[in-house]
Amino acid sequence: MYGESFFFQAFVYLAAAVISVPVAKRLGLGSVLGYLIAGFVIGPYGFKLIGAEGQDVMHFAEFGVVMMLFLIGLELQPSLLWRMRGPILGLGGLQVCLTTIIIAAIALAFGLPFQTSLAIGMILSLSSTAIVLQTLNEKGLMKTDAGQSAFSVLLFQDIAVIPMLAVLPLLAVRTVGAVKETSATHAGNLWVEGLPGWGKALVIVCVIGSIIAGGLFLVRPFFRTVARTRLRELFTAAALLLIIGIALLMSKIGLSPALGTFLAGVVLANSEYRHELEGDIEPFKGLLLGLFFISVGASVDFGVISSNPARIALIVAGLILIKLVVLLLLGRIFKMGTDQNMLFAFALAQGGEFAFVLFSFAVQNHVIKDTFANPLISAVVLSMALTPLLMIMNEKIIQPWFGTREQERGEADVIDEKNQVIIAGFGNFGSIVGRLLKANDVGITVLDIDSDKVELLRKLGLKVFYGNASRHDLLHAAGAQEAKAMIIAVHNHEETLQIVHVAKKHFPNLAIFARSTGRTQTYELLDAGVDHVYRETLDTSLRAGIDVLRVLGFRSYHAHRATKTFRHHDEESVRELRHLRHDKKMYISRARERIEDLEQLLLSELHETDEHLDAGWDTTSMIQEFGNIPEKKE
Amino acid sequence: MDTKQDRKNILILFAHPALQKSRVNRRLIRYVSDIDGVTIHDLYEAYPDFHIHVKHEQNLLLNNDIIVFHHPVFWFSTPAILKEWQDLVLVHGWAYGKEGKALRGKKLLSVISTGGRESLYSKDGYNRYTIGEFLRPIEQTAYVCGMDYLPPFVVHGTHMLKDEEIARHGEDYRKIITAMRDGKLDFGATRRFPRLNADVESIIMK
Repeated sequence: MYGESFFFQAFVYLAAAVISVPVAKRLGLGSVLGYLIAGFVIGPYGFKLIGAEGQDVMHFAEFGVVMMLFLIGLELQPSLLWRMRGPILGLGGLQVCLTTIIIAAIALAFGLPFQTSLAIGMILSLSSTAIVLQTLNEKGLMKTDAGQSAFSVLLFQDIAVIPMLAVLPLLAVRTVGAVKETSATHAGNLWVEGLPGWGKALVIVCVIGSIIAGGLFLVRPFFRTVARTRLRELFTAAALLLIIGIALLMSKIGLSPALGTFLAGVVLANSEYRHELEGDIEPFKGLLLGLFFISVGASVDFGVISSNPARIALIVAGLILIKLVVLLLLGRIFKMGTDQNMLFAFALAQGGEFAFVLFSFAVQNHVIKDTFANPLISAVVLSMALTPLLMIMNEKIIQPWFGTREQERGEADVIDEKNQVIIAGFGNFGSIVGRLLKANDVGITVLDIDSDKVELLRKLGLKVFYGNASRHDLLHAAGAQEAKAMIIAVHNHEETLQIVHVAKKHFPNLAIFARSTGRTQTYELLDAGVDHVYRETLDTSLRAGIDVLRVLGFRSYHAHRATKTFRHHDEESVRELRHLRHDKKMYISRARERIEDLEQLLLSELHETDEHLDAGWDTTSMIQEFGNIPEKKE
Repeated sequence: MDTKQDRKNILILFAHPALQKSRVNRRLIRYVSDIDGVTIHDLYEAYPDFHIHVKHEQNLLLNNDIIVFHHPVFWFSTPAILKEWQDLVLVHGWAYGKEGKALRGKKLLSVISTGGRESLYSKDGYNRYTIGEFLRPIEQTAYVCGMDYLPPFVVHGTHMLKDEEIARHGEDYRKIITAMRDGKLDFGATRRFPRLNADVESIIMK
């Protein structure tokens, strides 16, 4: 049965991931290495649980990279991308060119034909977007100098794949007719096939233009309509549809799908659905990337390696060394600090997943012979698997020796652009708090589930996002880890409690300020560990009370202070009664006592007895003591 | 040698309505904030609505031997909250009067800052009275409550103070508070000076 074998496969992959990743993380190796090891273990040279179909899985799982670039795009506002144009073109361009030249020269020296050498150089100059970004993200290094630079280089490489695919067929060593076989992801079945060069260019420009225009004008109303149905799974479906659609479109015109979704992400980076999209795509991306790493691990061909281990080891070492040197040099030229430069170089010193595609494409086009390509592919896989280890080595051994001088400065490199306060629910309550904070220059991030309101508020220039604040991933995307406080201003009490539980569990750093409707709700929130609870009607009703007292002839200041006293007393009693309420009898007797207490207090205020709080302004006792000749205090 | 029993507890009632704009007092208070046995009570922080909790304040007073009013001088007097505090906390029958003996024997010290230079505070100066004369209401309050009022610790001319001068005043403040805590302040000697910080070394017993 097809289903059974599918489930068996799924079981093997998932079990491998679930077992090996926690172990790897516990050992401080990071999840990428965990996945890779899982791949080795279940692969053809391990327990043989998966075989040749591992390759197909890898092609499928490459889609995780596409999703990852979409998510990266979402984090990257167009203005930020524009500011990065220097590093992308300069750093990225130089890295690809220099590495290509050096590797090609070495290949030439080994007596390979010029065309083959050039192809090998180009293919090996690429690094692994998936491994680098995942590892940097996991270590929280994406926003550092090195992280941003590494990202720039990877982005350039993604773009560079396009001309490489175009150039490779021209490098055929012996042109036995125009060989145009189909490769899984690229080439074949293209819309642009058969068009002249300018026609291809025109189609590409049109498609990219339509992605940008669609992102700007069509996607938001589309998502708004979907959001209005209030069906979460529909929103997830729409998000997936968007990404798969773009990926499909891009492969149809022969461009990298990752590049297309990245572009779409950038276009949507300013949209109110950003956080919701991030939250929805994130788990898919994580799973697919995991799958991808597992299949990379499984595809290490120990047959090729064991046939000539020394040669492979030499190639791997050479590849890593050349890349390291080029990257270190570039870091110097671009004035990175030593720490950052090391991190940057070690992060990018490996071959990339594009190499698999490009090598097979090159073999098909008779640029490289199988016998050369296979060991090189193995070397690339090994270099990818070594990357997390190299980065750990850099972190644990090399940095402490060479990098100490700049440790203090390192911290400032982290750019923090998140707001300090998150407001969940932007109705009457949330909006007043939000406006007060904004008036005092405090940055706020707002989450609301009413898509129409979100749209309106954004037009007014507020930073408002669509989504349900009880979702851990959404809170994470909204920057809950860096924020200091969260105001829960949703109307529904159950929902408030849910948000409190999630926030308490995942973001203990947040001070929580919650709105409640009545006493019982207040007790529950206090029980849930919220320190700041606000009964939404308390202040208004007290203010109304003051005004009533004044109309009845009370002095204004008296009414004001009496109310304050009442309020303090009431807040105290709420906190006291909370513990007693489970014992019903006790609760009622204590409650009655408190009410009597309060009555006493308020009455005393009126009847000017000694007990009230403003006794200092009371002259009764002085008149008693000093008669009608006030000697001391007037 | 002093033992733990000799140690006095000190309560500093600190009043500054806009500490974020303060230059001198914000730094002075830091010099005494980490001394064992010293409690700093920031009144504007505790009672932003002036709703002073009388019972709590009275308990604080009972638990301390030396009370300090630390504040800038506004219109030749205390900031509003400290006056409110006096009005509400020092009640008849507790702080003074036939039954009011709670504060007897305790010491009261004013730690104040003035924008004007010391020379302005004299019979011939622009402000026409000495700083001691302006502090008479507090002095008399202490007297009525049976407390011993010390010469004030005054930082004059705050608008012109350089950083290192503020630091020197801070050090003096710390020395005097520590000495009082340890029972090493020569209270007799303090009477020789109009200001407690006129000659710090000469009033601290070795």
